[in-house]
Amino acid sequence: MEFSIYDFSSFTAWIDQSLRASMSPGLAVAIEMLIIGVVILIFYAIVGLFLVYAERKVCALMQNRLGPNRVGPGGIFQTIADLVKLLFVELVPIKNADKILFSLAPYIVIIASFMAMGALPFAKGLHAIDLNIGVFYLMAVSSMGVVGVLLAGWASNNKYSLIGAMRSGAQIVSYELSVGMSLVTIVVLAGTMQLSEIVQAQQYGWFIFRGHIPALIAFVIFIVASTAETNRGPFDLAEAESELTAGFHTEYSGIRFAFFFLAEYINMFIVAAIATTVFFGGWMPFNVYGWEGFNKVMNLIPPFIWFLGKTGALIFLIMWFKWTFPRLRIDQLLTLEWKYFLPINIINVLIMALIVLLGWHW
Amino acid sequence: MEKSQLYAAITAIVPEAVTAEGKQFPEVTVTPGNVRSVMGRLKEEPSLSFDILVCLTGMDYGTDLGVVYHLRSYTFNHMVVVKTRIPDRENPAIDSVCSIFPGAEFHEREVYDLLGIKFNDHPDLRRLFLESTWGYPLRKDYKDDVNIVLK
Amino acid sequence: MEVKEKKVGLENEEYIINMGPQHPSTHGVLRLVVALKGEIVQRVEPHIGYIHRGIEKMCENLTYQQIIHLTDRMDYLSAHINNEAVCLAVENALEIEVPERVKYIRTIMSELTRIQSHQLFWATFGMDLGGLTCFFYGLRDREKILDIFEESCGGRMIVSYNTPGGLMNDIHPNFQNRVKEFLKYFRGVIHEYDDLLTGNVIFQERSKGMGVMTLEQAIAWGLTGPTGRASGFSCDIRKHNPYSAYDKVTFREILYTEGDVFHRYLARMEEMRESMNIIDQLIDNIPEGPYTAKMKPVIKLPEGEYFQSVETARGELGVYIVSDGNKNPFRVKFRSPNFVNLAPLNLMASGSKIADLVAIGGSLDLIIPDIDR
Repeated sequence: MEFSIYDFSSFTAWIDQSLRASMSPGLAVAIEMLIIGVVILIFYAIVGLFLVYAERKVCALMQNRLGPNRVGPGGIFQTIADLVKLLFVELVPIKNADKILFSLAPYIVIIASFMAMGALPFAKGLHAIDLNIGVFYLMAVSSMGVVGVLLAGWASNNKYSLIGAMRSGAQIVSYELSVGMSLVTIVVLAGTMQLSEIVQAQQYGWFIFRGHIPALIAFVIFIVASTAETNRGPFDLAEAESELTAGFHTEYSGIRFAFFFLAEYINMFIVAAIATTVFFGGWMPFNVYGWEGFNKVMNLIPPFIWFLGKTGALIFLIMWFKWTFPRLRIDQLLTLEWKYFLPINIINVLIMALIVLLGWHW
Repeated sequence: MEKSQLYAAITAIVPEAVTAEGKQFPEVTVTPGNVRSVMGRLKEEPSLSFDILVCLTGMDYGTDLGVVYHLRSYTFNHMVVVKTRIPDRENPAIDSVCSIFPGAEFHEREVYDLLGIKFNDHPDLRRLFLESTWGYPLRKDYKDDVNIVLK
Repeated sequence: MEVKEKKVGLENEEYIINMGPQHPSTHGVLRLVVALKGEIVQRVEPHIGYIHRGIEKMCENLTYQQIIHLTDRMDYLSAHINNEAVCLAVENALEIEVPERVKYIRTIMSELTRIQSHQLFWATFGMDLGGLTCFFYGLRDREKILDIFEESCGGRMIVSYNTPGGLMNDIHPNFQNRVKEFLKYFRGVIHEYDDLLTGNVIFQERSKGMGVMTLEQAIAWGLTGPTGRASGFSCDIRKHNPYSAYDKVTFREILYTEGDVFHRYLARMEEMRESMNIIDQLIDNIPEGPYTAKMKPVIKLPEGEYFQSVETARGELGVYIVSDGNKNPFRVKFRSPNFVNLAPLNLMASGSKIADLVAIGGSLDLIIPDIDR
């Protein structure tokens, strides 16, 4: 068997075949699911811990500070130390809280982000499931987190939490539209909803370049709207620290709080990964038509490095505007969505459809 | 306006008041019942126009309580001190000047809180700093053996 | 039509939340009882007194030198200016002429105090609005002023540098150089403040037209400091009743007419620049001489009443001393600017959103120990 870091399909196929050869198909599928679950769980934890560390370093960079620098070289073990601390923190029981919903909420949030992870194509042939409605699935799953947020706010029996949850509800329901519409723009261009095919279609040019101005507009709207959807600054109204102390997770402590905290970072990773897949060619290397030598060097870099690199760059962008901008007010937030993004988006989709129809794209 | 002119002008506006000379600012002493009308006149008179309530101080003179108002004019930048004394220590009361100077609201609540002087017609007269069972700490006869150690 | 007004159930109910006494944006132990209807603030009721220490009562049992140390603890960001207020009142009462050198140093120190206070305002105001980076920029520059204070006064924030008649001790030989260094440095970085916050669209959208106080309202409520001057209320004590060396310098009184959150913010930003100009005019001309006038060890004010106003970073601080001729005052009253500026909060904030309430509270630059005293 020959494996290549440029194409994982032979590797996954080999695992599948060797499992099926020695046991019944049902058991093989079960074991495959287990392996995928464990791998994603480990990846999830690593990404979560790394992003928390990265955020601290990025925000320190923006704020003329050093950031964590005591635990381990450059403070890289700081987040692990924090996680260990959070594991040992008491889960404070809240008087008059709805016990079941209160403990359920963090799991819903984390499961939603977990499910989205499964459909992302990390490299050629390296995805858990390649649905033919991948984009649709990602949108559906990633918006499930709001249920957890609403539950957390309602079950906490805290007025700040409730205001935070209601804000979050209004915000995510509104911005879900923009996220969907901007993805639809690209789906129109790609002609498919399957993520692997979307990536494959960008072999000769990423959609952000191929789609002219409509793709660019769609990208800007997507990155803003998805920041809002992940409840990150400057759209962090649901947990606006200076107004609502901590918003919907005011009453959470210990590992339950850690779940919300982790889910926020994973959601950020997921939206960046979706943007990478849809606009920036996923794991496709950066090629320029005609520059043979340059393209060869680019092709040498393994696809998952490309994917993680692009995602990291987008995450840096999202962090950048979190640490630079002040927070919006709720009415400004909704005005931005309903009066600007939505009409622009609808017209944008129409223009894109026209471009595709007339074959004006590259 | 010169100090003596100011005296003359103030005396003309508030003839019932006792004015004192030789102080830092012109001083007017009035009876508690007259406070509101005197302050109103001082504010409305265009040649004086004392429209800023700078400071409102509650006083305990030992025998009687009092309130001291420092007024300033935005236009002329001169000041006047209006003083009043309330002989009744048991149930002191005076007219509120909130209707003339809205900014007096907090000042009067503070005086009520710390000295127990009631202000008639105050929109929201409650204690400001202390809880309702506390005494009136700025009075000279206030005793607190725990927190105040006298030499 | 009458039927329509008979609303029942949740529709008519107010949602009461307690902001504070422990809340990130009340800058201390201020408690605001806020009645909400959805996101809209119906009423705000400030509840104060959580840090009431009875400074006025304590003053009645202390000597005048001791009182100065209590004034530091009122408005801890204008500690030096508060000291100056008491000192000026005592000096006026005793009819002492302080040396020129003292006047110059006091003025320079006051202006440095004003700059560092406004820097902290900028830092925390940015944080109130959700821009967390501001905090670090503001504190980075403030640290440099605190270092200057530490060198000459020994204290960083609570300086207690003034005594009746002069100063505790002479300035450090390095003082002038370090102040000049700081001015050069701060002139170079103050544009970052504007780049980061002032010019930001989100910031302007959130602060313009919020919590408006008209000139008439500002006068009626007695708002002072940058809060009053943003409404066009010319209330700068330094200009109208100059004390110390303010009559020797030329400076601009920052006046705006809009009276909203944004212009209160702008007034403070401009004041920082104006303060630097004032220091520029004085720093090279500090006259030689003693750093304190000759004072008796026991100060007894002649019987009478003395009122002195100074311009702190937040507005007019009035000190009203009633003396009966003893070494302790008979009564001391502090007219603190924050106490007066807080009063119309309900007027400013009702009808706005929760986020605006935070912005309005931030723009008043409240220091709670100064309100409670």
